[in-house]
Amino acid sequence: MIVTRAQKVGLSFYAGVVLLLFYFPLFCIITASLSKKRYFSFPYAWEDVTLKWYEDAIASPQVQEYVGISLKVAVLSTICSLFIGFFGALAYARYSWRWRKSFQKLVLLPLFFPQSVLGLALLMWFNFLDITPSWWTAVIAHTVWIAPIATLIMSIQAYSQDDSLEEAARDMGASRWQILRWITFPLLAPGMVSAACFCVLLSWGNFALSLFTTGADSALPEWLYARMTSGYQPIVPAVGSLSVFAAIALVCLVFGISARRSAHKVAQEGGH
Amino acid sequence: MNEPRRNWNWLAGSQFFGTISALPFILLMLFGFVVPLLCVAWFGLMPAKSFSLLHAPSLQNYAFIFSQTYVKSMAWSTGLALATVVILLVLCYPLAFGLAKVFKGGATFVTYAIASSLFVSENIRLFGWVIGLMKKGVVTGTLGTFGIEMNSLLYNVPVIVLGMVYVYLPFMLFPLALGIKMVPDQVREAAFDLGASRWHVFRHVDLPLSMPGILIGSVLVFVLSIGAIAEAKILGGQSIVTIAADIETEFTYGQNWPLGSALSTLLVGVTMVLVFAVLNRIDMEKFLGRAPRES
Repeated sequence: MIVTRAQKVGLSFYAGVVLLLFYFPLFCIITASLSKKRYFSFPYAWEDVTLKWYEDAIASPQVQEYVGISLKVAVLSTICSLFIGFFGALAYARYSWRWRKSFQKLVLLPLFFPQSVLGLALLMWFNFLDITPSWWTAVIAHTVWIAPIATLIMSIQAYSQDDSLEEAARDMGASRWQILRWITFPLLAPGMVSAACFCVLLSWGNFALSLFTTGADSALPEWLYARMTSGYQPIVPAVGSLSVFAAIALVCLVFGISARRSAHKVAQEGGH
Repeated sequence: MNEPRRNWNWLAGSQFFGTISALPFILLMLFGFVVPLLCVAWFGLMPAKSFSLLHAPSLQNYAFIFSQTYVKSMAWSTGLALATVVILLVLCYPLAFGLAKVFKGGATFVTYAIASSLFVSENIRLFGWVIGLMKKGVVTGTLGTFGIEMNSLLYNVPVIVLGMVYVYLPFMLFPLALGIKMVPDQVREAAFDLGASRWHVFRHVDLPLSMPGILIGSVLVFVLSIGAIAEAKILGGQSIVTIAADIETEFTYGQNWPLGSALSTLLVGVTMVLVFAVLNRIDMEKFLGRAPRES
């Protein structure tokens, strides 16, 4: 027995309070996005509830453009990160090689790093190479930051899986390549789904890197930031809420799929 | 396990495949991280307001920095980051303890609920606080209906700290929870059985054994918040200038890239010393899982 009952209740209560406070700003955003008035004031009457700002946000060509850029950057940097991260995870967790310990530290380095500085370091580097920054330089910047995260997620997955299957295949004379193709990859594939979800969403929400590396293009968080710092506009909470809903939808989709798969697996294993 | 099967070829293959697998990542880091940073460090040595890397290096930018108010913004950033770390340690320790040791199914729920917030851009979440705390916002407006009239609560230092604590909470919570998970229950129980008080167990068992988590969380939060740009601007308005804001100004309105680079180099120097000191003390493999069997 580690804690008494009273302590357990206390801790649960504390966790509840933290969670409530944690979601309070999102509640505020959604509340504000539904208010008809041009200048938000709380509390407002039921008659003032409107979806007008959502219509405005969806119809706005500017918003569409920024969403498009953000999506392009998110998808491309996710694909690059998954490729690099999969092999990175093998080097991190599966193979034992001479520089593995150093490699493991290298993976953490970009995460323990001020993102704004990373963004402008890349800006200067592109400038030096005579590359005009645009949305695809942002893809590179996001990949530098997201690939380590993908590597870590897949490494944790690799650690948590028993490597006896690989050992058995090796004992039966399978080559390295065959093991990789027929055993390691299928085993790590579910981990890739959650890693991909993480990557897309982190790139989607990233601000500090995009700020410096998108050049003349602009990602959605940048546009929101520019609007936020120049006074209140009702379209900002509407776009923010839409972005929140999109994130929730993606998270539910991915967890739904993985929950279904694991339920399926349990049922199968139970059958045998 | 079955040791004899491992012949020389196998080991050589492991070395080869390990290196090959790491190669894409290493190349990415080389061209997307190491070289750009060297570029920044070198640019910091160029004469002020130049856009070329080909001048004779000098330390004049650094001399300029220490003669100006930049020292003040560096101090503000460091202070804010330290305050964020300390507040988060106190706030997160009980919650992390609950996640690691007490809550069972609830722990997964809390973990997902907090991790999901990372997927919403921090700008949007900070803007939520703006709507909450601005004049006639959700908090102030609600208090107003109870007859407590209040002006805007925004644009001061405590609100900036609130924003940082809020945005970086997951980065403290999860390493802490992992660290606390590393403390074996038997050790705590043995300590209790031997008559240790609650405080003694915390001080001499929990704290030292969960130290890797505490250190990783603290350094992560410190580094992220010392380079933070959005909190001070969105919640703080013009109340203080952080070092990251200074750097951004030099690169945008100031058009003084060498000065901005020198400031960045200082910031990176401070953070890297810390990060290396901590990472060298911690075995990441123990922290994340177990070591692979083949070796």
